[in-house]
Amino acid sequence: MLILTCPYCGIDADETELAAGGQAHIKRETVGASDDAFEEYMFMRENPKGVHFERWRHANGCGKWFHAARCTMTLEVFGTYEAQTYEPPAEIRAAISAKRPGWSWGSFS
Amino acid sequence: MSNAVSALQGVSYDGYVKVTEQGLRGMITLRGDLASAKLKTAVSKLSGVKVPAVNACAFKGAYGVAWMSPDELLILCPYDAAEAGVAQLSKALKGQHFLAANVSDARAVFQIEGAQVREVLAKLAPVDLSEGAFQLGQLRRTRIAQAPAAFWLKDAGTAEVICFRSQADYVFELFKRAAMPGAEVGVF
Repeated sequence: MLILTCPYCGIDADETELAAGGQAHIKRETVGASDDAFEEYMFMRENPKGVHFERWRHANGCGKWFHAARCTMTLEVFGTYEAQTYEPPAEIRAAISAKRPGWSWGSFS
Repeated sequence: MSNAVSALQGVSYDGYVKVTEQGLRGMITLRGDLASAKLKTAVSKLSGVKVPAVNACAFKGAYGVAWMSPDELLILCPYDAAEAGVAQLSKALKGQHFLAANVSDARAVFQIEGAQVREVLAKLAPVDLSEGAFQLGQLRRTRIAQAPAAFWLKDAGTAEVICFRSQADYVFELFKRAAMPGAEVGVF
């Protein structure tokens, strides 16, 4: 069972209290975007074995969206952080680097 | 004017804990900037209770204030006072970005009474209800089986549970089953 700590209310919520929101840090392409860029935004997703960034919502709780960094292979959670950011904060990246040296994901590493 | 009644009209069940539907309860949802001085004053003026800390709730007489999310409070009050409460908050917060709504009729309230209240709640919610983890003065928004709910402890042997009115029957049946004599687990 996946247990994530909600960064807003601090509760260790198990999977059944959360709603999954898919991949994190997707840049939205809109009016004026090239077809290739729009296709990338609309359809292309990371599918890593290892470090992954996801959006989750504390649905049966405080109701807020947040981000989580975890490993898809071991289900290890590296950390959760607030939704008001375009990229993972330094402490999350450091926590991942400590356990998975040389990781990379999308444009982050 | 129609005659307001609660979802299950005070039905109760005597198992190894007692489950009672609490009848009509006034509830006001207040959303806004919880750090704003204006909002803090308005809330304590209405309820007599300070804006609680994260995951906390506080009560004074018939009034209570519960922290629901970083921008939301639930104010509990007598059923007849909810409309006036909304009006009072709206007046006090005029000009600010906020929302105050009377949600009394959208909810149902249950009281669970008995020494094993923690155990009965733990059967239905994915929450650590041991005494070290869940304490008096805390409010936990979670789920009761498949229904969203919130609960808090009134004292060591009494808990109150709020759920949506439309799910009141489902939630009551769940508590009935969980509190059935012979279903004791004896964890806590």
